[in-house]
Amino acid sequence: MIEYKHSVSLDVSKCKGCTHCLQRCPTEAIRVRDGRAAINSQKCIDCGECIRVCPYNAKKATHDPLDCLNDYKYKIALPAPALYGQFDNLDDIDFVIQGLLDMGFDDVFEVAKAAEMVSGYTRQYLRTEGLKKPVISSACPVVVRLIRMRFPFLCENIMPILPPVEVAGKLAREKALREHPELCPSDIGCIFISPCPAKVSYVKNSFSGEKSNIDSVVSVSDVYFKLIDAMKKVDAPAAFTEAGNVGVSWAISGGECTAVFNDKYLAADGIENVIRVLDQIENSDFPELEFVELNACNGGCVGGVMTVANPYIARARIQSLRRYLPVSPNLHPLSEDVPADMMLPGFEYIPTAPLHEDRKEARRMMAEIQEIRKDLPDLDCGSCGAPSCAAFAEDIIRGEICADECVVFMRRVFHDYLSAHPYEQALNDNKDKEVQNGK
Amino acid sequence: MLEDVVRFTFNVDGEDFSSAGAASVQVKKHLRQMGFSPEIIRRVAIAMYEGEINMVIHADGGVATVEVTDDSIVMILEDKGPGIPDVALAMQEGFSTAKENIRSLGFGAGMGLPNMKKYSDSMKIETEVGKGTTIIMTVNV
Repeated sequence: MIEYKHSVSLDVSKCKGCTHCLQRCPTEAIRVRDGRAAINSQKCIDCGECIRVCPYNAKKATHDPLDCLNDYKYKIALPAPALYGQFDNLDDIDFVIQGLLDMGFDDVFEVAKAAEMVSGYTRQYLRTEGLKKPVISSACPVVVRLIRMRFPFLCENIMPILPPVEVAGKLAREKALREHPELCPSDIGCIFISPCPAKVSYVKNSFSGEKSNIDSVVSVSDVYFKLIDAMKKVDAPAAFTEAGNVGVSWAISGGECTAVFNDKYLAADGIENVIRVLDQIENSDFPELEFVELNACNGGCVGGVMTVANPYIARARIQSLRRYLPVSPNLHPLSEDVPADMMLPGFEYIPTAPLHEDRKEARRMMAEIQEIRKDLPDLDCGSCGAPSCAAFAEDIIRGEICADECVVFMRRVFHDYLSAHPYEQALNDNKDKEVQNGK
Repeated sequence: MLEDVVRFTFNVDGEDFSSAGAASVQVKKHLRQMGFSPEIIRRVAIAMYEGEINMVIHADGGVATVEVTDDSIVMILEDKGPGIPDVALAMQEGFSTAKENIRSLGFGAGMGLPNMKKYSDSMKIETEVGKGTTIIMTVNV
């Protein structure tokens, strides 16, 4: 099996071994062992919850440094729509585009513009006959990985159209080669300005089945300060935005849905809510729904951990920014059918390893887990290093840890021992008296 | 010595629609850990989910037990609710005695029992009006 490359990682020197991340991780991928957190890469979906919750900043998002701009002769910025929501008092996206050019990019290709094309093709795709409904958006890589790992029956529902960022990279590269015949493909760097680490994983793991059109991924937060300086110097921007209301709205939860121009949709945001919705879709059919948009981050992409602004404030800014934009400038005419090079291969189920390859043995282990759980307090305190008593019981049976790591269990063992050994009990009582007498 | 069966027991809370389905989610997870195929897991999850919802809507909750053996997964749903006066009628698709306030939540489409039968290999209903209902569903592995 090919190892999945993650973009959420741990700085061991900063980790204090507390339990914040343990209990927040939606896939129970974290354990604290020897006083430090460890992430199980087979379970991690790069949602960034642990980054959000870590009080010591020990969890970090891995992305390319801004210096990566120097690696390319011709640099194209691919700003995520969420970038536009980061600036106070911004009333015109043109300033952002001009700022990006002024800070050293040779061209800007807005992901929002590509998102409008994806929206257009989504509407076409939804008209395909015999489609398994509801169609689930493939834009959030966390959600796609979650479905592939935990919801085998929903893999078929994921929309097989390239996500906007990939479309943007593809078109930006084609445009550069067209306008600058002197460039060779390796001169061009398509640099995505991303609000979240999951997009980094997306690029690193060639999510679309072949090499991604994105060459580097930098964070919104890294770009922010350099960009804001450049923007302040802009009086009258010469560049202008090519995005419309539809594309910019992709930054916030519900934005992608409304672009479907159909009211049979659902939009959920926040990883816990997403999981609940998926469980329910898998259980019962939702005949009335055509389209489902799921964002792992609260508020949508503006809630990504690589942004700077509060997601709700960013959302409000996006609302006012988009008000005076056209619905969509439709600069790229859409073809009759979704072009083959914008389609993804299907999404396969990635089963997580069972307790044991042999089902009989796995069942026996499960029975033991149930037995052990009877001795555990069900407090889910995390002191043992596992996120819950159930996960701890599983770790014991897998031979990863010993039951005496449970403090509650050990306290009971200690008390049982004392009551069974009156001599030690008496010694203990004497010690208590000595303490009381000040000896 | 451990028996050849793993048993999971869940208390299903009455009138708690937001957590109805929690047992189904747990069972799904356990079956995945034991390496069952996605198809089997889905059938059990749906049958279990519908059963749970029924207990919440009609019987003020109850107890759900799932027994996993080598060749079957058995779901036993016991409640002390009002019982089912006419089982044949209740089994008809679209028949529902759910109250209006429950229908307004999107439940009560009359597909609960038919779905439970559809997704399990066998289903047995023991019911007595005024005493309660026990439903035993088996999915063969």
